[in-house]
Amino acid sequence: MTDLSRRRLLQTGMVSAAALPFLRVLPAQAQGSDVLVAVNGQTINSLDLHRTGTNRPSYQVAVNCYDRLVSFGTKPSMGGGLEFDYSKVEPELAESWTVSEDGLVLTFTLRDATFQDGSPVTAADVKWSFDRAVSLGGFPAVQMKAGGFTRPDQFAALDDKTFQITLDFPSKLAIPDLAVPIPFVINSTVAMANATEDDPWATEYLHQNTIGSGAFKVARWVPGEQLVYERYDDWASGPTPAYQRVVIREVPSAATRRALIERGDAQLSFNIPSKDALELSEIMDVNSTPIANCINCVGLNTSFEPFQDSDVRKAVAYAIPYEAIFEAAAFGRGAPLWGEETERSDIAWPRRTGYMEDLEKAKEHLAKSGFPDGFEVPFSISLNQLDWMEPTALLIQENLAKIGITVTIDKIPGADWRTASLVEKRLAFHLEGFGGWLDTPDYYFFWAYKDGHLFNSSNYRNEEIEALVDNTLHIPVDHPDYASNVQRMFEIALDELPRIPLWQPALNVALNGATDYEFWFHRQLDVRPVKPA
Amino acid sequence: MSDTTATQSFAGHVGYVLRQNPITMIAFGMLAFLLFCAAFGPSLVPYDPLASGAEILEPPSWAHWFGTDHLGRDVFSRVIVATRLDMAISVGAVALSFAAGSVLGCAAGYWGGWLDAVISRGLDMIMAFPLFVLAMGIVAALGNTVENVIYATAVINTPFYARVVRAEVNIRRDAGFVQAAKLAGNSDLRVVALHIFPNALPPMMVQVSLNMGWAVLNAAGLSFIGLGVRPPTPEWGIMVAEGANYIISGEWWLAVFPGLWLMFAVFTFNLLGDGLRDIVDPRQRR
Amino acid sequence: MSARARLIGARLLQAIPVVIGVVVITFVLTRALPGDPAVYFAGDAADGASIAEVRARLGLDKPLPQQFLAYVRDLVQGDWGDSLSTGQPVLSDLARRLPASLELTLIALLLSCAIAIPLGVMAATKPGSWRDHLCRVLVTAGVSLPTFFTGILLIYIFYYLLAIAPSPLGRLDFLYIEPERVTGFYLIDSAIARDWETFGGAAKQLVLPASTMAIFTLAPIARMTRAAMLQALSSDFIRTARAAGLSRRKILFGYALRNALLPVVTTLGMVFSFALGANVLVEKVFAWPGIGSYAVDALVASDYAAVQGFVLAMALLFVALNLIIDLLYAVIDPRIGFESA
Repeated sequence: MTDLSRRRLLQTGMVSAAALPFLRVLPAQAQGSDVLVAVNGQTINSLDLHRTGTNRPSYQVAVNCYDRLVSFGTKPSMGGGLEFDYSKVEPELAESWTVSEDGLVLTFTLRDATFQDGSPVTAADVKWSFDRAVSLGGFPAVQMKAGGFTRPDQFAALDDKTFQITLDFPSKLAIPDLAVPIPFVINSTVAMANATEDDPWATEYLHQNTIGSGAFKVARWVPGEQLVYERYDDWASGPTPAYQRVVIREVPSAATRRALIERGDAQLSFNIPSKDALELSEIMDVNSTPIANCINCVGLNTSFEPFQDSDVRKAVAYAIPYEAIFEAAAFGRGAPLWGEETERSDIAWPRRTGYMEDLEKAKEHLAKSGFPDGFEVPFSISLNQLDWMEPTALLIQENLAKIGITVTIDKIPGADWRTASLVEKRLAFHLEGFGGWLDTPDYYFFWAYKDGHLFNSSNYRNEEIEALVDNTLHIPVDHPDYASNVQRMFEIALDELPRIPLWQPALNVALNGATDYEFWFHRQLDVRPVKPA
Repeated sequence: MSDTTATQSFAGHVGYVLRQNPITMIAFGMLAFLLFCAAFGPSLVPYDPLASGAEILEPPSWAHWFGTDHLGRDVFSRVIVATRLDMAISVGAVALSFAAGSVLGCAAGYWGGWLDAVISRGLDMIMAFPLFVLAMGIVAALGNTVENVIYATAVINTPFYARVVRAEVNIRRDAGFVQAAKLAGNSDLRVVALHIFPNALPPMMVQVSLNMGWAVLNAAGLSFIGLGVRPPTPEWGIMVAEGANYIISGEWWLAVFPGLWLMFAVFTFNLLGDGLRDIVDPRQRR
Repeated sequence: MSARARLIGARLLQAIPVVIGVVVITFVLTRALPGDPAVYFAGDAADGASIAEVRARLGLDKPLPQQFLAYVRDLVQGDWGDSLSTGQPVLSDLARRLPASLELTLIALLLSCAIAIPLGVMAATKPGSWRDHLCRVLVTAGVSLPTFFTGILLIYIFYYLLAIAPSPLGRLDFLYIEPERVTGFYLIDSAIARDWETFGGAAKQLVLPASTMAIFTLAPIARMTRAAMLQALSSDFIRTARAAGLSRRKILFGYALRNALLPVVTTLGMVFSFALGANVLVEKVFAWPGIGSYAVDALVASDYAAVQGFVLAMALLFVALNLIIDLLYAVIDPRIGFESA
C-alpha cells in the first residue's frame, strides 16, 4: 500500500481496529472530527491503577477503559460546563442495587454488558476485581478502607448477575466509595490466564494491557510520549462516546501546551495554569471548576514552638494578603475562602473563614503572644507546585516581615515533599493543598485534622475533633447529629487554625474545538462525554 | 633574560594585541561595566527588587524600563541587582575549580606513577558523567542553596583545569631549570609551586574566562529545572526560566531582558577568553 | 594493525575502572538524593503500612551495601531494573529514547559543522579583519544564550507567530506514521522504508530543536577551526606549497584544512558528549522524548534505577566515543595522507 492510499484510507475513517498494529501513530488532522487530541504535562506510568507505584495521571485509564458498579450524576458547574454531583449516585455496570435494613448488606444486579474481548461481565469478575483492590495494598487498599471494604470475604458473587457486599458497620461512605476509580471491574478470565505464581493478580499483564468493559481501550501507550484510546463500540454502561480515538500527548512545557491549544493543534488542554486559563477564556472555552472538598492552605506545624501559641497563629492569619495571593497565584480562578463567614447555620465546605488581611489586628495578636518581637522561620514550598506556591509564599513573606516575622523560603524537591510534609510532618511553616475525593466535610476533617492522619501536616491534635470525626464519619448526612457535629468541627478548626485556608483552587481545562467536558472529583480527564464542538 | 625587559615586552605585546583587536578592548570595557553593576547596582536601582507592587505584568515603560513581573516587581532593578550574585556564583565556582584543579594537576604531573594514575582515572570518571546531570544530582543531594550550586559547578569544571596543569607540569618536570632549582636545595613542593606551576598559568587564564561564562549558564540551567537560588532572590537564570513561560502569552519582557543581560555577561567572558588567548599565545606574536 | 588493536585494548582496560567508579558514585549519589521513593510511589493517600509494603517491594528496606550488591548482581545479569516513573524496564526505556537524543544531537552537530567550519576557515584566512571579528562575535553570541531560552524563542517566532514550523510535539506530528523500527533513528528508518513523506515529517520536527543546539555548539567548533587553521597556515609545509605555486584553493582545503581537522575532531568529540548531556533542557522545551528529559524527571522523582541506568549508559557512550575518536585520528592523520599522495 503506498503512503498516499494509506493516508486516503485514514481520511475516510475506514481503518478498522484490526489495522491498528500497523498504525502506530494515529493521524489527527487527517481524521477530522473522529479524533480528539488532548495534551497534558504529566506522564502516565501504568495502565493498572492497583499496581504499586502507579501515579495519579494514570488513574484516567481506569476511568476511561473500565467500568465501576456505580457512578455519580452531573450538575451544571459554576466553573462552566458540568461537574459530578455527589448527592446523586447513578448506575454504571450495576443496573440496580438494594441496601438491607441495617445498612450492612449491599446487593447489586449487573446489567448485560460484555468485556472488550466479547465475553459477558459476570459477578465473579466483579468479585475478583474487588478482591484485587483490597489485596494488593498501597493506596487502593487505603481508599477501599474509607468505604468500609477491607477483606475479600466481604464480597460474594451470588449468581452470574448478582454481587453482594457485606459491611462490618453501616457507612454513608460505602456506596460513594464504589464510584471512585479504584473498584473497577476487570475481565478476570483473561487476567487469570496471564497470572503467574509470583504474580497471582496479573499486575504485569494489566500494567501493559486494558481488559475491561469500559468505553475505550488503550490502543497504544508510549510512556513519556503519548497514550491512544480506541473506542469500544459495544460499551453497555453509557452512551457511545463521540470520538473514535483519543490521543493523550504528554507535553512537559506549559508554554508549549499553551501554544498548541491556542493554535488549535490540540482540542483539549488539561490542567492548565491559572494565568493561561484567565487569558485563554477570552478566545475559547475554559472550564475552571473549583475542586470539590479541596483547600489550598497555610500549614502551621504545632510541633514547632511559635505555632503552639494560638495568638501567633491568629497573627499569621491576619497578616496574610489573601486578595493579592488569590490574584497573583490563582488569577481569580477558584473560590475565595477569606473574609466574612457565611451563615454558620449551613454546613457548606470549603467555606469562608472570617479572617482577612488586617495588619493592625495581626500586630495586636503578636504583641499578646509569647513572641512579641517576632521570630524567624523557614517557609517550605514544593518544587513541583511552584506555580501557586511560589507567589503565595513570596507575598506572605513580604507581609509577615511587616509584623516582625522573618521568613526564608525553602524549595523542597518533589520527591522529598510528601516525605517531609505529610509522612514525617517536619515542616514548620508550609503550604498544603489536600482535596478529598468523597465530598463531605467530615471526610476532609478525617484526613486533615485528625492526629497522625496523612494530610494533617500540622501535627494537630484536639480531643474534641478526634471524637467528633469518629462519631460523624459514617453516619448519614440526614442523621440528627450530623449538622451540629460538623458545625462544631468548623468552629474549633477555625478558632484554633492549625491550617489557614486561603482559597479553593480550580481545575482549569481549555477546549478549542471540543465541548461537553465534565469535571470529576478524581481530577483526571474523563474523555467519555467529550464531543467535537 | 632580565625581568624588566620581559615585563616591558609583555606589556608591549598586550598593547599590541589590544590595538590589533578592538573587540578585546571592548570586552574589557564590558567587564568593567559588569563589575560596576555588581559593586554599585544595589544602591543605584530605582526600586526595591523584592517589593511587590500593584502594577502586575506591565510592559516596559519610562517608570519600569524592563517592565514588571507577575508580582509587580521591577524587572530592571532585579536584573541589575542579580549581577552581584551571578558574578559571585561564577567567580566562586571558577576559583574553587581553579584551586582544586591546580593541586590535582600538579600532583599528578609532577610525581606521576600511581598517584597520576589514580588522579587521572578519577578525573576521567567525572568527565564520563553527563556533566549537567551530575551538577543536578549534586545540588539535589546536597540541598538547594547557592553554595551548593557553586560546589556542583566547581566539581564539573575541575577536570578541565587539572588536565591543563598536568600536561604543563608533566613536560617540564625534567627540564633544566627544574633540575637547577632542585640542586639549589629547593623542596619538591617549592619547585612545583614556584618554578613549574607558573608556566601553566597562561593556558589556565583562558580556561578561566571561558568557564566563567559557562558557570553562569550552568547556574541558569539549574534554575530552569528548579534547583538553585531561593526565591525571592533575583538571579538571571531563574528570571529567564520563569519568564520563558510567559513568552507565549505575550509578556516577552520577563524573559528577554534577563536573557539579554545573561547573554551580555557570558558574551563578555567569552570575548575576554579569546582576547586572553591571543595575549598568551606566542604564535600570535608576529 | 596490531598496534591499533593494542591501542584499543589498552583504552578498554583504562575504561574499566572509570565505568566501575561511575557505577559506585551514581549509586551513592542516588541514595543521597532527598526524598523517599517508597513514599513518593506509594500513592496519594497511602498510610504507613502501605509505604512499608512498597519499600519492601523495592528492596529499599535492606541496608545500603546489600542494596548495592543486589544492584550489581542484576547489572551483571543484564537487568538494569525498572523505572518507577514510567513503569517500564530501564533498558527498554533507554533503547527507545537514546536514538531520539542521538538523532537530535548528531543532526545539530552536522548543522553546526556546516556553518562553523567554513566560518572558522574564513576567519583564519584573514585574522584581524572585520570578517574575523564578525565571525567571533556571532559564534560567541550563540554560546552565550541559554538553550532553553533560544528554544522557546524559536518556538514563539517560527511556530506561534509565523506558523511555518510544525507543532513542537516531539519527533513526529500526528499526521505521520512512525516508521518501522530498525535503528530507532526516524530519518534512517523512514529512508529504509522509502517513506519520504514521513522522512520529511521527521526532518521538519528536527529543524527547531537542532537549530537551538547548533547555535549553542557553533562557538567551540568555529574557534578550534580558526585556531587550527592559523597554526596550519603558518607552518612550513604551507609556505613550501605556496612557494611551489599551488593554487590558493588547493592550499587552503587540500592541505591546511586537512591538517587542521585533527584538533577539530577532538573538539567535536568533546562537544558531542557535552551536548548529549546538555540537551536535557532542549528536550524539555520541545517535548522531545530523549534520554535527557528522562534523566531530569527521574532525578526529580528519586527514581533510582532510571538515574543509574541513564548515567551508566552515558558513561559507556563516553568511553565508546573516545575510542572512536582515537580511531578517527589514525584515519585522518595527515602524515598518512601525505605519504600516499
